[in-house]
Amino acid sequence: MSGCSCNDFNRAQLLRRGVAVAGKGLPAIEPGMPLPAGTGMDRRSFLLRTAGAVVSVYGASMLGARHFEEGIAQAAAASPNQPVLVSIFMEGGWDALSVLAPVKEARYRELRPALALPEGSGEPFGEDPDLMWHPQAQGLATLHGEGKVTVFPAVGYDPPDESHFTSRHYWEVGQLDTNARSGWIGRFLDATGEPNNPLQGLSLDYSLAPALATEKMPVAAVSSPTDYNMWAYGFDEPIAGPAMEAFGQLGALGAPSPAYAQARGAAWDTSIVLKEMAPFVGPEGKPTYTAPVPYPKDGGEFAGRLEALAAMLAAGLPIKCASLTGIGTYDTHSDEPTTLSTNLGQTVESVVAFQRDLEARKLDDRVIVQLWSEFGRHPQENGSGTDHGAAGVAFLIGTQVAGTMIGEFPGLAKLDENENLVNTSDFRAMYCSLLEQWFQTEAGLVIPEAASFERPTLLKA
Amino acid sequence: MGGTSQGASRSAAVHRGAPHRGHDHPKAGHKHHKSKHKHHHRHKGKRPHTLAARAVALPTAPARPPAPSSAPVASLGAPLSTAGAQRLLWRAGFGPRPGEAEGLAGQPLQQVVYGLTRPSGEAVLNGPAPRNEEGKPLDPAHTWGDDHCWWLDRMVRSDQPLVERMTFIWHDWFANSNEQVDSAQLMLDQNQMFREQALGSFYDLFLAVTSNPAMLVFLDGIENEKGDSNENYAREMMELFSLGADRGAYTEDDVREMGRALTGWQAEWSSEGGMHNFHYDPSKHDEGQKTVFGQTGNWDWEDAVGMCVAHPLHPSFFVTKLWGYFIPTQPDEATLASLQGIYTSSGFSIRAVVEAILQHPDFYEGPELVTPPVVYNAGLLRAIGRYIDTTAWAWLSSGAGQQLFYPPNVSGWEFSRWLDTSTVRARWELANYVVANTYPNPWPAEGEPEYDPTETAAQALASALAYWGQPPLSSESQQCIAQFAQSCLPADIAEWEQSSYRAIRQNALRMLIATSPDMQVS
Repeated sequence: MSGCSCNDFNRAQLLRRGVAVAGKGLPAIEPGMPLPAGTGMDRRSFLLRTAGAVVSVYGASMLGARHFEEGIAQAAAASPNQPVLVSIFMEGGWDALSVLAPVKEARYRELRPALALPEGSGEPFGEDPDLMWHPQAQGLATLHGEGKVTVFPAVGYDPPDESHFTSRHYWEVGQLDTNARSGWIGRFLDATGEPNNPLQGLSLDYSLAPALATEKMPVAAVSSPTDYNMWAYGFDEPIAGPAMEAFGQLGALGAPSPAYAQARGAAWDTSIVLKEMAPFVGPEGKPTYTAPVPYPKDGGEFAGRLEALAAMLAAGLPIKCASLTGIGTYDTHSDEPTTLSTNLGQTVESVVAFQRDLEARKLDDRVIVQLWSEFGRHPQENGSGTDHGAAGVAFLIGTQVAGTMIGEFPGLAKLDENENLVNTSDFRAMYCSLLEQWFQTEAGLVIPEAASFERPTLLKA
Repeated sequence: MGGTSQGASRSAAVHRGAPHRGHDHPKAGHKHHKSKHKHHHRHKGKRPHTLAARAVALPTAPARPPAPSSAPVASLGAPLSTAGAQRLLWRAGFGPRPGEAEGLAGQPLQQVVYGLTRPSGEAVLNGPAPRNEEGKPLDPAHTWGDDHCWWLDRMVRSDQPLVERMTFIWHDWFANSNEQVDSAQLMLDQNQMFREQALGSFYDLFLAVTSNPAMLVFLDGIENEKGDSNENYAREMMELFSLGADRGAYTEDDVREMGRALTGWQAEWSSEGGMHNFHYDPSKHDEGQKTVFGQTGNWDWEDAVGMCVAHPLHPSFFVTKLWGYFIPTQPDEATLASLQGIYTSSGFSIRAVVEAILQHPDFYEGPELVTPPVVYNAGLLRAIGRYIDTTAWAWLSSGAGQQLFYPPNVSGWEFSRWLDTSTVRARWELANYVVANTYPNPWPAEGEPEYDPTETAAQALASALAYWGQPPLSSESQQCIAQFAQSCLPADIAEWEQSSYRAIRQNALRMLIATSPDMQVS
């Protein structure tokens, strides 16, 4: 047991990486396995070859997939320049008063005797001289200077809820309803998506992001695009192709219950995604693409996923909305300075690399990245950390965003009844504007009571 | 939402300590060292209600439940069918062994259910003890993944499967992750506590959880002291463990006051021993008056638990949440009333409620549930008679969305959305590992047996179904797989390919059956 396990995310990343490596080391883990005699190959090359063969023939022989392939091809051809939203969740409730610190306010130092960032330790925020970027958010400051970051310095909703689950849920479903079950992006895809394109909503994660949960349209989750293949022991052509065809067909049969429908739908979608990911799967899970810009080495799987996403967009995959989870967690009840700096720095650096990648590929006009968290933290620190709060900070990043602040920083002089930061913008207003200005979609189709929200101007004129 | 006002539930507050069960305070005489090892509690956020593409809704307790009723709860009444036995073995255990469901078919339902809910003595673990891929015993307290596999082994081998299944439910209900607890031993100790109290009184279980070291670390109980209170456990004990959010059961003020009531738990930390010496220190307890659910007194942690279970909205929360682990549809009004009656009149007996649920017609006649990844894994191993001979199951199951002792956050795993394009691929990988020791080699070496070069498509399918112990596939799925078996061999196969291609077909059939949508639900 280490003296400090505070950097739990590092451990988690390490374990997950271990999982990924172990996944490639399959043959070594099963010592009892017979060798593929008579093939003249060692097991590793045999398995790799098998996996490649399955993938390569699968699409060609799969009748069911053809429909989807056509659907995907049509989707890609119909709108090659369709706008894309990349939603990145900063998990745990990041501390707005550290990300954009009100260093000029005396009250800041009173509330944060231990945690207040010293004045001058980061770049001043150009739109409000009272605020200063966290030193580890320097990349955002740079992009903001280029007019590519729209800042929501105090975004939230009324009345605020301090539960992680409830508040995150509100943001995910785009309404203040704990019983809502489809995500706001999911409802957008239900309203405007295609019934044969699971890539339209893509979670680059181990499971589907709730914001992307649809009621009827297919969506996908892919944890590692370069590893997305399916092979089996003693499985090869010419049988493997028809077998994968049958795997997909099993997903298209009738379903007598919601659980069955989920199982069948997921199998069907999996068979399609397998085909679409094939061009990105190289030997031993190595990517088949090269990013035109460097990504941070300590960005882990998060940076790798963004890098893959840029490559997939460049290849013309019909992705409308993608979702990722940022590095680490921001639920900094204790040890906030270390945890927040590490996670923020690595996440921001990866996001900036993604923007530069898109710029190099001339895709930057098509993409907006949204950085959000379920709430900000309590202004009054608890010694080494901060407890749950209300209004927080969010960003929209991209070449097309207006780059002007939405809502002001409310200051610390007047807090709400729970001594939390008051909000000066509503996340549902952000969603409405994204839907209407970015996706040209009537917000009322997606956000309940859309008419009651303002429409901040998000894009450059 | 927590801020909802609730005059009704406030007026129904409880007496101090009720229901009083005479729990001793732990000894508080140990010298306290303030821990230098600050743990974060960081549940990765999660929504309170379910979301999924092609969503599966899960039951939730209504804000205005019917009153508890002494009317008997509906029971299926009929003897168990084979299909019913299969469902029971998947949902209340870890899948049937070959022939097991057929053996239970025709028996009186109550007898079969009591066989699960009323085991006697210690569980017997049948079959070889678990080992890793090097043939060595597992070291669950010290080796990553061995903890997962140690428990998976009990799921595969225990002759008290419902006890393990309930332990699994409590691990999700009171979800702690070793990612924050950072001590597999504390997690294993908690696991044993869940097992011992699996079917006893929920009140006793809740008391044990509230003072459990892993929980005290995970939800900052040991950071919660007089004058410096930490609300983490206070909130979750109401929102997730006993009352539910958005029902008007409690206010934000109740959360704060409950946090004060819970003060006093402490622990020490050392570099060699980690977190240890968990104890209750009265000097760290806030002795002031606290007002919880409208009732004022000098409440302490036992009162906090007592007030939660005595809250009028607790029984409906408890029985609905427990029901949801076994049955995916909402209990009707009469059932909800009767289950609450059973629960309150039995002194918060978990066993009594489980027995009613497992005999309810909705269990047998209602729609399917998606099988959790760990249960799927255990079930496949049980079906082919394999035991724990590798620890690969830990990362394989993790990929499929469930690593034991590492739930994603304090609200546990999301049972409504196990299946997506990432986790389906992971289940394929897992199933492939299950068959890895027993698949026919299409390319045997000199002297090794060849696969039957004359096997027909029908024989191949029968053989693959027998391999998995005759799982119940839907007729559409079976037809689709049979069609594949019939058509997958090329028309003109060379003599030397006859055996190899049939072996490959057999392997493909086994994978198609194990990963079929039918095998993901019960």
